[in-house]
Amino acid sequence: MALQLNVIKGLLLSGVVALGFGMAGCSDGEPVAKGAPPTMRRLSNEQYRNVISDIFGPQITVAGQGDNLARADGMIAIGSRMARITPAGFEKFYNLARLISTQVVSPANRDSEFPCTPADPKVADDTCAKQFYAKVGRLLYRRPLTTAELDEAVKAANEGAKTKGSFYAGAAVGLVGMLTSPQFLFIVDETEPDPDHAGQQRLTAYAKAARLSFLLWNSTPTDDLLTAAEKGELHKDSGLEKQVDRMMASSRLDSGVRAFFEDFLRFEQFDTLEKDATIYPAFSLKVTEDAREQVLRTMIDHLITRDADYRELFTTRKTFVTGPLARIYRIPVTRPSGNAWQPYEFPEGDLHAGILTQIGFAAVASHPGRSSPTLRGRAMRESLLCQKVPDPPGDVDFSKFEDSDSPNRTARERLTAHRSMEACAGCHKITDPIGLGLENLDGAAQQRTTENGAVIDTSGDLDGIQFKDAVGLGKAFHDHPATANCVVDRLATYAFARVPRTEDKAYVTYLQKSFANDGYRFAPLLKRIALSDAFTAVAPAKTEQAQLETKP
Amino acid sequence: MSILLPRKIPRRTALRGMLNGAAVTLGIPFLDCFLDNKGKALAATGQSLPVRFGTWYWGMGHTPGHAITEKAKSGVGIDFLKETASLKPFEKQINFFGNFGMPLDGRSNYTHFTGWVGSRTGSIPQRQGDIPATTIDLLIADEIGNDTRFKVIDASSTGLPRDNYSARSAESRAETEVSAIALYARLFGPDFVDPNSGNFKPDPNIMLEKSVLSGFSGVSKAYLAKLGASDRERMDEYFTSIRQLEIQMSKRLEKPEPNVACLKPQPPKEAQVDKIAAAREMPNVIETHKVMAKLLAMAVACDQTRVFNMSFTDANGNVRRPGESSTHHLLTHAELVDPALGYQPQTFWFNTQCSEGFATYLETLSSIKEGDGTLLDNCLIMATSETNYAKVHTIDGIPIYLAGKAGGRMKTGMHVVGSGDPLTRIGLTAMKIMGVQAQSWGTKSMQTSKPLSEIMV
Repeated sequence: MALQLNVIKGLLLSGVVALGFGMAGCSDGEPVAKGAPPTMRRLSNEQYRNVISDIFGPQITVAGQGDNLARADGMIAIGSRMARITPAGFEKFYNLARLISTQVVSPANRDSEFPCTPADPKVADDTCAKQFYAKVGRLLYRRPLTTAELDEAVKAANEGAKTKGSFYAGAAVGLVGMLTSPQFLFIVDETEPDPDHAGQQRLTAYAKAARLSFLLWNSTPTDDLLTAAEKGELHKDSGLEKQVDRMMASSRLDSGVRAFFEDFLRFEQFDTLEKDATIYPAFSLKVTEDAREQVLRTMIDHLITRDADYRELFTTRKTFVTGPLARIYRIPVTRPSGNAWQPYEFPEGDLHAGILTQIGFAAVASHPGRSSPTLRGRAMRESLLCQKVPDPPGDVDFSKFEDSDSPNRTARERLTAHRSMEACAGCHKITDPIGLGLENLDGAAQQRTTENGAVIDTSGDLDGIQFKDAVGLGKAFHDHPATANCVVDRLATYAFARVPRTEDKAYVTYLQKSFANDGYRFAPLLKRIALSDAFTAVAPAKTEQAQLETKP
Repeated sequence: MSILLPRKIPRRTALRGMLNGAAVTLGIPFLDCFLDNKGKALAATGQSLPVRFGTWYWGMGHTPGHAITEKAKSGVGIDFLKETASLKPFEKQINFFGNFGMPLDGRSNYTHFTGWVGSRTGSIPQRQGDIPATTIDLLIADEIGNDTRFKVIDASSTGLPRDNYSARSAESRAETEVSAIALYARLFGPDFVDPNSGNFKPDPNIMLEKSVLSGFSGVSKAYLAKLGASDRERMDEYFTSIRQLEIQMSKRLEKPEPNVACLKPQPPKEAQVDKIAAAREMPNVIETHKVMAKLLAMAVACDQTRVFNMSFTDANGNVRRPGESSTHHLLTHAELVDPALGYQPQTFWFNTQCSEGFATYLETLSSIKEGDGTLLDNCLIMATSETNYAKVHTIDGIPIYLAGKAGGRMKTGMHVVGSGDPLTRIGLTAMKIMGVQAQSWGTKSMQTSKPLSEIMV
């Protein structure tokens, strides 16, 4: 271990910047929360779909989406609090709202969506409209509507009914308004004076409910949770724990955990993943879809269903496959298989063990027609170990080492030539040794033993931990202290939607130590964050008024 | 701030003032009626033809020595070489800008990023992903794009939604349209009002929807007061976006003037485009680009927008040939220079395709007759890349073209030599031609207040 730590220290000095926090300064209890200014996060497209499905039912098709959120400081969650809605982006939300509203009020759905029946479906009905908007508005806005908001909705419905000659068509007009309103599209941390700490603010109970719900379920608070908020239960430790336990026990927890790992592992790369059909004929669009799902299924099964050690994700041979995936992995699938998912355990001797060897990692961090030890190495360092690999210099002549007609037949030989250039050596020493560990998996994650007729050498070391092949590389990740610390750091970042600050160091360290004490189990870590004061602590926003007041 | 603008009175305010505050709602058909007397008249209405601004993007620059012969000083005539030979027929409608610089002021050259950001914003990013200022197309759209159905339209033929070189910041960067079918639906779907249909009837539902939109977008002052300053800005941008959609709705309520240049196109055939599984294979990129070019051109001719951005290939060179393992980008670095040819043959092929793509684009704009000229004559198209020589990521001497006559406001057919001057001089010139009252553009060493008078009429 001492050797490993020395190597890591050396890496820090040589330019690899660790973003996580170390283990020093641990304490047994949660450190005092400092709080940060309230956030205003734009709904992600996944959250939008979840919310619509949860409120109106899965029969409502969300045929489209807004602009995808951009990644900021390594996480889309952080991008959500910076995202702006451009005119083109708003147009997408508007069109989406029209499509959804039309479905909600359609004859096929209106009976289940409306809590009432209008006296005459051809004309406006204040009472029924008010009941409808009060019901759905509370879920859409994540709090009860104000009187003004409810009146605005009813007014729109009445005008709509008059213009269109239909109560339901009118109701759709008001619903479009709600679905395009800032109260829906932005999750705003509303605050109130904290009665327990004079002069300080706290999140309102409804804002707490929203934070919990989007963290644990990646969706809007349910009626139960809002009711608990309304009763003030979320401001009490016992009431909060009761709700968190209930949410952790729900099948919806899968959505929340999936959302975190999609952000953590940069799953947006799947959206533009492309493999050459001539070079990898078995790699279809279906393989891309299934590869994404395979990683998530493996994680949910391992972390939630079996409540196992997070680090074992890098060594486990247990996974799930479909027919299209089986063709890439070249494994037999019991008939009838088709596209159905079935559990599968890679046998001893197979190089597929752990998520690094899955298509969802090894093929994504590759080029369309070949593997890339550098891309794989960088993804491992940055995504899984929370280390920053510097960008390449801007004036490198690559032809000396990349030419496929050169005597250097394997990637290792080509990259060794690459590292002979001083300007390149610093970063490639960081990425390539571990990336080469996966070279027995080609650009589609299919096993191979040779490249251009030469036997592939996959041996190497991860910060002093030696390995011989992809399986050993997974074990090295299991044993590397940054592996566990990184996921803790990123989960805290995801929950707070901000990079932990210097004053958060003690809190993150506390989480990392607790994670180890809990056997590196993910669910207890998630629960600890959800229950922590730090998760909901707020500091005053830097409003224009506050800025003016602080000026001399 | 990267652009200095004199304080202006909003045009509507000015018009209200002219009418002594009378409660009259004015239709404002074309901005150019008030700004410019060089435009030529539409045959049907006597209105000036508007001048439009477009950008065109291609990745990986060109091959120095094989694209355009360098010149010692500016002058008439562009010597198109083998790589750009397809542009030769447009020589009299193009200006080429060579040997302009992009001083970094000590900042890093983030490969495949700094170049496009610098050339489009006039500012150098501080880090990867940073877009420090508004891109030129949006600065111009703020001036000329407020009275059309769409302020700006973006499209890309590489299947990458983030492949948009138009933004106000990193956080305010709309995704571009990557589907030709979706682009058609947006431009010419049910919301399109055909100016030549002859049976215009304003839809009462639009007024209703517009009024509802306004009602729901309102939030209380108390609510806004609780937001942090940056969130307040984000909320303001949201309100601006709503206003833009309201303008779109208003346009559907106005009876458009007949427009002989406007012919509603047929929807693209699905089999021709949107092959997502192979989106970035060059044959598909070329086909998608052709379809998108026609749609954009007709949208401009139909005055649906006056600012339009087309991205042919992306700044990371993700395009490739079917069956080849290397992308355009990988080839620029990995491929050896053929000693007999003096260039990288496969890379050269891609670069040539980019030139042909630009020629296709210009041809498409030229094919639409407008007034006594063509649509291209009434456009200013700025074509940029992110690098000069991709093999070594150079950003000095990034090739830039300005094409079109800009309604007679720009001289063309010139090779303009920058002699190391910041390339912001080109953008500042484009802005001035388009009527933006900019005194200077760019930041730090990129800042300039010197337009290129030799191409301005």
